[in-house]
Amino acid sequence: MNILPVIDAQQVRYSYSDGTSALNGIDFHLYPGETVALLGRNGSGKTTFVLHLNGLLQGEGTIQVCGMAVCRQNLAAIRAKVGMVFQDSDEQLFMPTVLEDVAFGPRNLGLGVDHAVQRAREALSQTGVADLAGRAPYHLSAGEKRRVALAGVLAMSPEVLVLDEPTTFLDPPAERELIRLLKSLPQAKIVVTHDMPFARALATRAVFFEKGRVVANGPIEEIASRFHWEI
Amino acid sequence: MSLKYAVIDRWSQGQSVFHRLDARMKMTALLVYLLSIATLKPVRAPEMIAFGVLILIGMTLSALPIGGFLLRGAVVLPFTGTFAAISAFGGQTDFAVGLVAKSYLSALGVLLLAATTPMPALLHAAQWLKVPRVLLLVIQFLYRYLFILVEQAGRMRQAALCRGSALSKRSRGERMSSAAGMLSVLFARSYERAEGIQRAMLSRGFHGQIPLLTNPAARLKDWAFALCAVAATLAIRLGGRL
Repeated sequence: MNILPVIDAQQVRYSYSDGTSALNGIDFHLYPGETVALLGRNGSGKTTFVLHLNGLLQGEGTIQVCGMAVCRQNLAAIRAKVGMVFQDSDEQLFMPTVLEDVAFGPRNLGLGVDHAVQRAREALSQTGVADLAGRAPYHLSAGEKRRVALAGVLAMSPEVLVLDEPTTFLDPPAERELIRLLKSLPQAKIVVTHDMPFARALATRAVFFEKGRVVANGPIEEIASRFHWEI
Repeated sequence: MSLKYAVIDRWSQGQSVFHRLDARMKMTALLVYLLSIATLKPVRAPEMIAFGVLILIGMTLSALPIGGFLLRGAVVLPFTGTFAAISAFGGQTDFAVGLVAKSYLSALGVLLLAATTPMPALLHAAQWLKVPRVLLLVIQFLYRYLFILVEQAGRMRQAALCRGSALSKRSRGERMSSAAGMLSVLFARSYERAEGIQRAMLSRGFHGQIPLLTNPAARLKDWAFALCAVAATLAIRLGGRL
């Protein structure tokens, strides 16, 4: 069986403008339906790496998403394929109402108003927050904001979900709900997290980052134990 | 106190008859009301009372707390009151009284709209009235992130208080210095947040234009309200002058 990866990154390197080297040759693959946890200390390059996956940062090396190279010409298509859910939902929810925010992505894809609204309503239902459609984002709880942010990404029908520290600001019930929701989604997922119970609940494989390099890649239990990645 | 609990924002979430009216119709009626008051010369008591009655009707329909509403409308008085006092000392008593009455009634009108219409609906109404889009986007982002900025400032203040900033006997210079430090941190965080927002927008395909959704059509009762409100306002404005 020869399944092609939805994400195939080879020798990705990136340095910030001040010369700090953030990524030093990352090789990474993600297969359809798979969920991978990216682990590692703060500043190890996890977030910098995932920002490359839909062209928000562009360094050296090659990245292919669903067979397309991440380059300027393909950015619109790539951004429809890779949905990013950021750590701080407040940065992701900037439109006056929840419905408009969730419809923002589909409208940018060129869908008409009716179609975009339909997609937005479906995504809100999928994440269990259809009743929040008319609300303003600043009136929502942290858990609701996270679900709306996820809906905003799902409305674009991505093939890959990238979640950066998705449990930040969530209480345990909201975290449980998020796990249940993410498990129900068919997309391949990359989860950047320090929250090991969360990572264990979702991912089977983990990739461990250290100083801008992937130093281990394997079953999550093995990685956690090898790097003493427990509290 | 966080803006999360801002009174007017809370009022605007109400469910009264007036709250449920279409924001575009309310804004149109307000514009006519404000223009009518602003162009009224000379100011006469019956007309001012009649405009006040219009506000009173709106206030009653919206079930807003009368005391709090009237008090918040008075926020303009320190500004216009100063000019009115100068005019009164200069012998222009009628002008001074008119200025205070006009500014207070205008402020109450604006407050009635703001207190009965959520911000997203206000923005849509302004868009419908052809307010420049760039201005709307600035207001939209300012309003959205002002809440977060104020909360952040509140948390920083709490942290400073926890470390005894209110109890220490520091010089004015030291206090100014720490306030400046807080401001610079707030600025830096706002800048970082702006970068984060831009990243989030780009990742969802943003390419320079923010696509807005269209408004649903106004209902018959919304048009009826606008018609009645505009007719009543014009009747007051023109009634004694024809």
